[in-house]
Amino acid sequence: MSATLLLAQLLNGLQYGVLLFLLAAGLTLVFGIMSFVNLAHGSLYMLGAYAAAIGYGASGSFVLAIVAGMAAALVVGLVLEVSIVSRLYRRDHLDHVLATFGLVMFFNELVRLVWGPQPLFVEVPQVLAGTVDLFGFTYPSYRFAIIVAGLLVAVASHLLIQKTRVGMLIRAGAQNPQLVGALGVNIGLLNAMLFGVGAMLAGLAGAMAGPVLSVQSGMGEPVLITTLVVIVIGGIGSVNGALYAALIVGVVDTLGRVYLPMLIRLVAERSIADAAGPALASMSIYLLMAVVLALRPQGLFPARRG
Amino acid sequence: MISRDFRSTVVAVAVAAALSTTLGAAQAATIGFVAPLSGPQALVGQDQLDGFMLAVEQLGGQLGGQPAKVLKEDDQLKPEVGQQAVRKLIDKDKVDAIVGLSFSNVLMASLPRLAESGVVALATNAGPSPLAGAQCKANIFSLAWQNDGAAESMGKFAQDRGIKRVYLMAPNYQAGKDMLAGFKRFYKGQVVDEVYTQVNQPDYSAELAQLQAAKPDAVFVFYPGGMGINFVKQMSQAGMSGKLPLYSVFTVDGTTLPSLREAAVGTISGAMYDAALDTPDNRKFVAAFEAKYKRTPSLYAATGFDAANLLDVALRKAGGDAKKLPAAVKAAGSEFKSVRGPFRFGKNNMPVQDYYAFETTRDGGKLTTRLIGTPLAAHADPYAAQCTLP
Amino acid sequence: MNTQLLRPATAVPLLIFAALAAVPFVAGALEQPFWISLFARIVIYAIAASALNLALGYGGLVSFGHALFLGLGSYAVALPAFHGIDSGWMHLAACLAVCGVGALLVGVISLRTSGMAFIMITLAFAQMGYFLLVSLKQYGGDDGLAVAATSRFGPLDLGSPLALYGTAWVVLVLVTWWMARLRLAPFGMALRAARQNARRVNAIGLQARRLQLVAFVISGTLCGVAGLLLANLNAYASPSSLAWTISGELIVMVVLGGMGTVFGPLIGALVFMGLEEVFKGLTEHWMIIFGPLIVLMALVGRRGIVGLLESASAAKRTKLEVDKDANTDPNANDVPARSVGEA
Repeated sequence: MSATLLLAQLLNGLQYGVLLFLLAAGLTLVFGIMSFVNLAHGSLYMLGAYAAAIGYGASGSFVLAIVAGMAAALVVGLVLEVSIVSRLYRRDHLDHVLATFGLVMFFNELVRLVWGPQPLFVEVPQVLAGTVDLFGFTYPSYRFAIIVAGLLVAVASHLLIQKTRVGMLIRAGAQNPQLVGALGVNIGLLNAMLFGVGAMLAGLAGAMAGPVLSVQSGMGEPVLITTLVVIVIGGIGSVNGALYAALIVGVVDTLGRVYLPMLIRLVAERSIADAAGPALASMSIYLLMAVVLALRPQGLFPARRG
Repeated sequence: MISRDFRSTVVAVAVAAALSTTLGAAQAATIGFVAPLSGPQALVGQDQLDGFMLAVEQLGGQLGGQPAKVLKEDDQLKPEVGQQAVRKLIDKDKVDAIVGLSFSNVLMASLPRLAESGVVALATNAGPSPLAGAQCKANIFSLAWQNDGAAESMGKFAQDRGIKRVYLMAPNYQAGKDMLAGFKRFYKGQVVDEVYTQVNQPDYSAELAQLQAAKPDAVFVFYPGGMGINFVKQMSQAGMSGKLPLYSVFTVDGTTLPSLREAAVGTISGAMYDAALDTPDNRKFVAAFEAKYKRTPSLYAATGFDAANLLDVALRKAGGDAKKLPAAVKAAGSEFKSVRGPFRFGKNNMPVQDYYAFETTRDGGKLTTRLIGTPLAAHADPYAAQCTLP
Repeated sequence: MNTQLLRPATAVPLLIFAALAAVPFVAGALEQPFWISLFARIVIYAIAASALNLALGYGGLVSFGHALFLGLGSYAVALPAFHGIDSGWMHLAACLAVCGVGALLVGVISLRTSGMAFIMITLAFAQMGYFLLVSLKQYGGDDGLAVAATSRFGPLDLGSPLALYGTAWVVLVLVTWWMARLRLAPFGMALRAARQNARRVNAIGLQARRLQLVAFVISGTLCGVAGLLLANLNAYASPSSLAWTISGELIVMVVLGGMGTVFGPLIGALVFMGLEEVFKGLTEHWMIIFGPLIVLMALVGRRGIVGLLESASAAKRTKLEVDKDANTDPNANDVPARSVGEA
């Protein structure tokens, strides 16, 4: 257990956390303000990844690919919002779950129909294809780029929400949507915009994840579940909470995967450790969520409600 | 005195009876094909089906001299769905044989019904160890491999190459554990560490950092499907590709190579087949497959193709008698021409075949695989002794 | 009471029960034993949906992890069978114990939350169960575990499809009857009231949380019984039965049929699985049709099929009669209310 290994693992955890944050930020806003459970967020992430893969293949420019990913997710998000989501705001969470469950099925199959079941290939852009030498360790530059991008988004969203007029409306909407509507603000437009921004962030996450992960049908679901865990831990409706929780979850998951089996091997014999280690590691973030919910059900950094 | 009318009637009846029996024998050979045709592993199922149908087409739409009717069932890689499909094929469609049977978990779920019915089953993608050992059945065959085989061949290959320290990785489920156990059976050097990751885990950066820190001489992995793509890509992105030899099974193959491209260059995989095998039978198969489906066949397509050819020989041998089919299939194993090279069934109905080592290389701008060795020839699995079949 | 039996909303389900009872005979006559196992699956899922309906429909608890109990029930058969125990009573006891305790644990922790957090944490528990079972190599892991010895209750062996079908049918009838009685019993009334307004229920001295916990435990245990039957049908237990998509499908069945009604889960299971079979026969890409259908169902409203049947018959009757029957009607949907805990 060397210090450099620990450092590398921390960086890995950070990078994973940042990717989770990109997804969680959009989702927590949608949930916090519109109180809408969006299981299809993973599908938006997937569509962003596909659009970016196609865009990159067609244009050869990574920047264009990212833009394509974000644009595609934005468009689909807005269409969904206007046609389906906006009709369900006043309904029960169950209706949200059902509708978005159906959407997940639809998008997974659509993607398979159009592009086939074969995973798509996305190259890491040349300029970021190298590695960085860190204390005798090679770390992929691309992952650094992800960390940087994520932190930029975090800063930008913080500025947007805290320092702009739109951000003020968003915060007000989170506390009391009816009152904001009564004050003459077009809450419908605000909601649509918010959903769109959330979708865009998901698309960005998908586009950035493409070169690293496998772009295929159903790639959204495993990430979605982890994202939901992040939101619940962080506190629903709070973007700050999403950031801190995402980083915590990213680090816990990464370190858990690496060190739990090692720790168990110290106290139990090999065969038990081999079985229990990975199992416990997979469960670690769920256990964390259960503990947080048991002790502090509103999340660790909840948005203050009026 | 028997009238002429009566005699001609008798003759007519006799001829009619004879004709009806021969006509009856010319019924269709109904084959049920169960595979994952939707979901993330759909390409595996599709390859098997395409290989199978190509062979049937080459045989003029016939199997064993009878017109072939192939009923497709999608098991979605779910044991429950696969079992339903098998039940339907046996009870409702009354098929002569079932081919495919997906991955080990689906196969094992359908085992009781298959065994009970006595219908011939040819697994083209799995050979789980219980089936190879104590639970072997006279009517159930694996035409692909016994699950440990490819891993054993990589273990032997690493051993023969004199590699001293190996790091092992696989997903944390039955097949993963079997693969690593198979590798260790033939590899006698030092196992630096044995790491099991979460099934369908997308991000391996943590494990790759650990791997780097351990500084082994080589790493052996089993990561099928999307997991393999993620792992190999990320390993390449971490700059480890040229520096740490990667040995694998079912990770870099015909279905994942198109997505991996550069990242796979230099990796060594163990399998009983690759399109690169240079035999006349295989060259013909690859050419025909590429012409028809516009892609290079993977080992799954090869097993599908072999299954149809095997059934053709076996059905002819059995001559329409369903009870004779299992024995006919077993005998046909040694007689039909497989695209993978030498083949026969062991006593436990598992393949006895060669396992090769392939290296993925870049040949003048094109990605190719080349054969670099045959670590295990005519290799039988270690579970045969536990099987009580004659 | 007689006229109630003849109304479509009650008559149709009763006819369905009769038709289901006839399935084995028809299948035998047509020499299609396959139908028995097909309908056995439908009946078993109808039991699971009815179990979920108690928590979801009556209690308003959106549990996205009920597949956990289905899986635990299956393994309650497979694990003892692995060790040579084939007594059905032992399997049943194990099933009730494990699922009861499991549901208690899940319920106690999950009910500390509400709304989306509740949905998430139930999902998380199902995921944990999945990963745990996948990592158990000696019990098959991801490959699942074959049931070495099916449950035997004296002379009755659930390994035989016919015996299983009969048992499942009887269990479904019993569960449905129990749910009908429970709906109007004091416990059921209080539970349904808690779903509409927990504060009021607490204010009159009942404890909403406790009612919900009891409902959740019963719901999970009954779902486990469905799992026990499923393991016997398939002669197999697999971690894949804990997938979150299964939990989602159970929810769809309940809502499709009519949430909170007595016969809703049965109709929902029948229609859902029937449609699935039909679509699968049409195209490999059946999910592309099925997905939007589910979306449509969510958009259109939650009265479900039973609700539609109700409307069909209500249109013919006077308003007075409708009001009089509303409170004692086994098919009346409760007023759609927000999920657990939301003010």
